[in-house]
Amino acid sequence: MATQVIMPKLSPTMEEGQISRWLKKEGDTVSMGEPLAEIDTDKATMEMQALSNGVLRKILVKEGESAPLGQMIAVIGEPDEDISQMLSGASAEKAKSPSPAQGETEPKSEAKTEPKAEPETPAPLVASRADGNGREASPSPSAVDSGRLIVSPLAARMAAEAGIDLRDLTGSGPGGRIIKRDIELALEQPKGGKPATSPRVTQLRAVEPRPGQQFGASPYRDEPASEIRRTIAKRLVTSLGPVPHFFLTTEIEMDKTVEMRKSINALDPELKISINDIIIKVVAAALLQHPQVNASYQDRAIRYYERADIGVAVAIEEGLITPVVRSADQKSLSEIAAEVRELAERARNRKLRPEEYTGASFSISNLGMFGIDEFTAVINPPEGAILAIGAVSPKPVVRDEQIVIRQMMRVTMSCDHRVIDGATGAKFLKTLKKILENPLYLVV
Amino acid sequence: MAVITMREALNQALREELRRDENVFLMGEEVAAYQGAYKVTKGLLDEFGDKRVIDTPITELGFAGLGVGAAMAGLRPIVEFMTFNFSILATDQIINSAAKMLYMSGGQFKVPIVFRGPGGSAFQVSSQHSQALESWFAYFPGLKVVMPSTPADAKGLLKSSIRDDDPVVFIEQERMYGNKGEVPEDPDFTIPLGVSEVKRAGQDATIVARSLMVPVALKAAEQLEKQGVSCEVIDPRTIRPLDIETIVTSVKKTNRVVVAEESHPFCGVGAEISTEIMERAFDFLDAPVKRVSGADVPMPYAKNLEDLAIPTVDQIVAAVREVSYLE
Repeated sequence: MATQVIMPKLSPTMEEGQISRWLKKEGDTVSMGEPLAEIDTDKATMEMQALSNGVLRKILVKEGESAPLGQMIAVIGEPDEDISQMLSGASAEKAKSPSPAQGETEPKSEAKTEPKAEPETPAPLVASRADGNGREASPSPSAVDSGRLIVSPLAARMAAEAGIDLRDLTGSGPGGRIIKRDIELALEQPKGGKPATSPRVTQLRAVEPRPGQQFGASPYRDEPASEIRRTIAKRLVTSLGPVPHFFLTTEIEMDKTVEMRKSINALDPELKISINDIIIKVVAAALLQHPQVNASYQDRAIRYYERADIGVAVAIEEGLITPVVRSADQKSLSEIAAEVRELAERARNRKLRPEEYTGASFSISNLGMFGIDEFTAVINPPEGAILAIGAVSPKPVVRDEQIVIRQMMRVTMSCDHRVIDGATGAKFLKTLKKILENPLYLVV
Repeated sequence: MAVITMREALNQALREELRRDENVFLMGEEVAAYQGAYKVTKGLLDEFGDKRVIDTPITELGFAGLGVGAAMAGLRPIVEFMTFNFSILATDQIINSAAKMLYMSGGQFKVPIVFRGPGGSAFQVSSQHSQALESWFAYFPGLKVVMPSTPADAKGLLKSSIRDDDPVVFIEQERMYGNKGEVPEDPDFTIPLGVSEVKRAGQDATIVARSLMVPVALKAAEQLEKQGVSCEVIDPRTIRPLDIETIVTSVKKTNRVVVAEESHPFCGVGAEISTEIMERAFDFLDAPVKRVSGADVPMPYAKNLEDLAIPTVDQIVAAVREVSYLE
């Protein structure tokens, strides 16, 4: 009997997947457990295995195209079996939700004065609900629920009556449920119309057009956003939106840390300890002294972590990812250095397993290597804080009423105010500064 | 109006109806000479004699059946169960005979009988003597089920139950017999069956409570008022027929409901009320209906565990805060 191959859930946050490569072509024999395709999820490229025996009769989602969880992407059946009924169901399904990968790719040059109208999406209450038929073979049926709007019946009715688009709202109820007070709040706010024209046009007009040349808006091309870029977008707006950030900056004299690093690396050239590795170790040590900072805001509780699992932001070609150094408080500098190198390498090759880049208790982001002196980072929820690290550079500072040159580094901690208060965060930074300015504290 | 106990209010109702209608008679274990295990029938043997106030042997199925037969023959029996725990033995007569007779006889036999007595938890009488059975009886078409929460309601509802032509299961609460309240003395005072009462008016959340949970819910509402949450407390008083309209009207105003009950949650009256609200007022709900029920275990004997098995003011307060998204 023919069976549907559906988009499986391959990572905890995945809502849709992009077919990176089909490992079988139509007509190939497949057996259960055999790799069928490589799927680009929001984070990694994963292999999808066949869940039944037979012949790969039809591929419905081509390489480079995306499909939401639970959508039929192929059919496996007997070589001569009639699968037309199954296919007609699939085309109806596909017609309902056009693949986002079918975006425009060819360059366009006509002048645009208005932002592009957003594509029509299905009614918000049924968004990303997969067809019930597709669930049979799904490894995780609950997956189809993710990404759904959760609205109380009253709020849904009030929004419909007031003409409010629920997708514009952030729910304040449990699990993000949109409730009466969210609608009331939306009704109180004046209807903020978005600017009808892009400011880019007028800015361009500031340039004197050369004779014979017409300046319109810049030509542009649309490229479909990759899975990882869309995940980054989604994750970041869930942070700065609902998470009340505040920022604490301090300047740290790094001379002794720089000196220590030189001495350690002189012991064995293989060690290759970086300043960042030392910062991970020191952050972990400071977190254990300040458990209030090693914490996250849960729905009805503050979760305090017993160990320091440090997320380390790594830039990769398509965006960024934060592999986690587990129990950094218990590891030696050489262990941390080796682990960070190995994790970063696999992150760049997109070979990290989901558990390797989720569930940190605190994160750090270092742009020092790009010459950035100081910046603020966006918290990776549900973590309570992230430390943004700038470059270490020689600066004149006043010591004992003398101007001297010291290796200075500025760090800025973004804190989730629901968990961490100003003084709490400041005390943590004080400890961090104390250890980095005198790293011997690490061994006492 | 005199302030009397629920026990005295029930006694008044029985006495007035025995006086008003000579077809009314009372029977049960210890109702006559001993004047009632809980003294609800005090003085009735003296006034009405042993033809109308009758001590029975310990045979619940037997005297319940005798009552059903008497009702079919035109009398108006009041059958007292020493507690409703013992009515379990008589359920064949209550359910198979009393509830169905009008229907099965094509309307030839009405069964104007009242089965009454204390139900629910008492004070450390353990599993077999502490159960809220209202959902059992409310389940069957043909029975009316009444549960008063104040002395005045007890009197007015019992008089209406005795005058009603259908079989009525009238469940008192053993812990509430000593509760006091103002009770009208007018012998014509009755309260119609099937009418809820708003025990406290409010704006922000509705608490539906019956019997023992009504005073608990009112205390919770007082505390919540201090926290800025105005609660409406509704006592359905009659479980069947249920006056759902009053509850739905309230829900349409408050958008949030807690159902408090002493009984177990599973297949309980709270589940029915919750479903009716969902069916009739879904679009008015801002939060799922929340039940606060007795623990889903046989009632423990130990005092500390018994206290944990019965819903408290704090639990109702927490539930209202939850549906109001204040937690």
